Amino acid sequence: MSHQATLDTLLTRFPEAGIERQEGLDFTIVLPSSLIVDACRTLRDDLGFDFLSNLTAVDRPDAFEVVYHLYSLSNPAPPLALKVRLADKADPRLASVTSVWEGANLQEREVYDLFGIVFEGHPKLERILLWEGFPGHPLRKDFINRIYSFEEMRATLPPETER
Amino acid sequence: MAFISEPRSLDTETVTINLGPHHPSTHGIFRLLATLDGETVVDVQPKMGYLHRGIEKIMEQRTYIQSIPLVDRLDYVCPLTNEHAFCHAVEKLAGLQVPERAEYIRVIMAELTRIMSHMLAVGFLWNELGATFTPMIYAYRQREFIFDIFEMATGARMFTNYMRPGGVAVDLPEGWMDLAVKVTDNLERFFDEFETLTAENEIFLARTIDIGVLPADLAINCSLSGPVLRASGVPYDVRVAEPYSVYDRFQWEVPTRPHGDTYDRYLQYLAEMRQSLSIVRQAMAALPDGPVMDEKARRLRPPKGEAYARIESPKGDLGFFIVSEGGAEPYRCRVRSTAQINLTALRQMVIGHTLQDLVVIFGSLNCTVADIDR
Repeated sequence: MSHQATLDTLLTRFPEAGIERQEGLDFTIVLPSSLIVDACRTLRDDLGFDFLSNLTAVDRPDAFEVVYHLYSLSNPAPPLALKVRLADKADPRLASVTSVWEGANLQEREVYDLFGIVFEGHPKLERILLWEGFPGHPLRKDFINRIYSFEEMRATLPPETER
Repeated sequence: MAFISEPRSLDTETVTINLGPHHPSTHGIFRLLATLDGETVVDVQPKMGYLHRGIEKIMEQRTYIQSIPLVDRLDYVCPLTNEHAFCHAVEKLAGLQVPERAEYIRVIMAELTRIMSHMLAVGFLWNELGATFTPMIYAYRQREFIFDIFEMATGARMFTNYMRPGGVAVDLPEGWMDLAVKVTDNLERFFDEFETLTAENEIFLARTIDIGVLPADLAINCSLSGPVLRASGVPYDVRVAEPYSVYDRFQWEVPTRPHGDTYDRYLQYLAEMRQSLSIVRQAMAALPDGPVMDEKARRLRPPKGEAYARIESPKGDLGFFIVSEGGAEPYRCRVRSTAQINLTALRQMVIGHTLQDLVVIFGSLNCTVADIDR
C-alpha cells in the first residue's frame, strides 16, 4: 500500500480532523495532537505499520513538533513520518503511544528529558539521560549551553545531599 | 530461657542491587537496577546517562563536516557505519550523488566494520560467561588486522573520520588492496576456528540455550532491530528492505535463527560475519575506477527541509533525522541510537532468570554504552 493510500484511509477514517500532508523529502502526515493514539492504532492494526523506528521532537520558534517515523516490516517502503505540532510552548503535552508501540517507551522518556514535553499515559515518565533536578531541557533552542564560570556550573548541579 | 518466643515467618524479601555504574560486565559506565528474589531477577531497570555528551546539541553548532568526528564517537566499536549513516542522511537532504567508486569503498569499509563489531560481540559474551579474556583476545587479535587496513586507508585505527557527505575523504592508497586481500583471506580461517572452538562447548550450551528468549512479536513491538531481531526469526534487514548504497548488486543471504535465545543470537553474529565477508569480497572484486567525491559537496549547505535516513549498522537500524534551515549547520540532528532502543525489551527478557544470566543476556544484546547515552 502506498503512503498516499495510507493518507486517504486516515482521511476517510477521521474526517474533519484536520489531517494534511506536508511537502518534503519524506512522506509526512500532520496530525492534530488529540488524534495521535487513535491514528497510530489505526496505522498499526489496519495499515500494517508495525515498526516505530524513530520518535523525536524539534523545537521550532512557534511550536514543538513531535515526529514519528514508521515502517512496515512486511511491506518495505520509505519511512512514513507523522508530525504533531504543540503550539503551547509553555506547557507542551501529548498522549503517549506506548500502548501502541512499546518501542516508544525510552524514546518518549528522552524527549521528555531533553525537550520537556510531557507524554500523558506513559508508564514511567522520568528523566533518562540527565539526573532529576537538572535545570532546563538542553535540546530546546533557548537553553544556554555555554558556561563560563564555576558559579554558573555549580548552579546546574543538584544540592550536595542528593548527589 | 527461650531465644525465640514465637515462630518466625520464613517468607523471603526481595533485594534491590545496583550492577554498576562501574561493573565488569557493562564495558562502560552503565547501571542496571536489579530487584532479586533470592537469585531470581524479578525486575530490572536500566539507568543510563553516565556517558551522555550531548552530541545532538553539539551538532547543532557544527557544520556537517565537523560533525563527522562526533558521530565516530557515538558507537566507538563501529565508527565507519556511524559515518555512513550520517552521510547517507545528509546526502538525502542535500540531494548529492555519490560516485560509484566511493559507494563501493563505503560498502567494503562498512562490512569490515560489521565483522569487527560482531567479533567483539561474540568475544565479550565469553567474558560475561566467565571465560575471561582468552576467547575475547582471539577476536581482538583478528580485529587488529582490520584496524591495520583501516589505518592504511584513513590514517586512524578507530576514529577514522573518513566518509564525507558526497563520497569519501581520500581514495584508497597504493597497496591497500593487497593487504586487504591478505586480511580477508585470514578472516575465513578465523571464523572456522572460532566457531569450532566455541559454538558447541557444553558449558556454553548450558548457559545460553533458552536463556533470555525474545519472541518475535515482542521484538517488533519494542522496535528492536539488527541481529537481535533476526535471531528471533524475523528476516528483516535494511540492506534488503530499503537498499541504500550499492547493496542491491551483491549476492548474499539474510541469516535468521528460530528461537531468539542467547545461543541463537550468538550463532546469528557468527553467521552474519560470514555473509559480510562475502559482500566484502564481491565489492573488492568489482571495485570500479573513478572519482571518490561529488564535487557539489564542497561548501555544503543543504536546502531547507527534513530527512530521515537509516542504514543497517552492526547493531541494527541506525537512523539520522536531520532538519535543515538552509544554513551550514543542521537545525536539529537526531540520532536514532540502536543500542538504547534495543534495551526496551531487556526487562521482559530477563525476568525469571538468575542474576548471572542477566549479565549474559545484556551482553548478548551487544550494546555499546556510548551509543546508549550519546
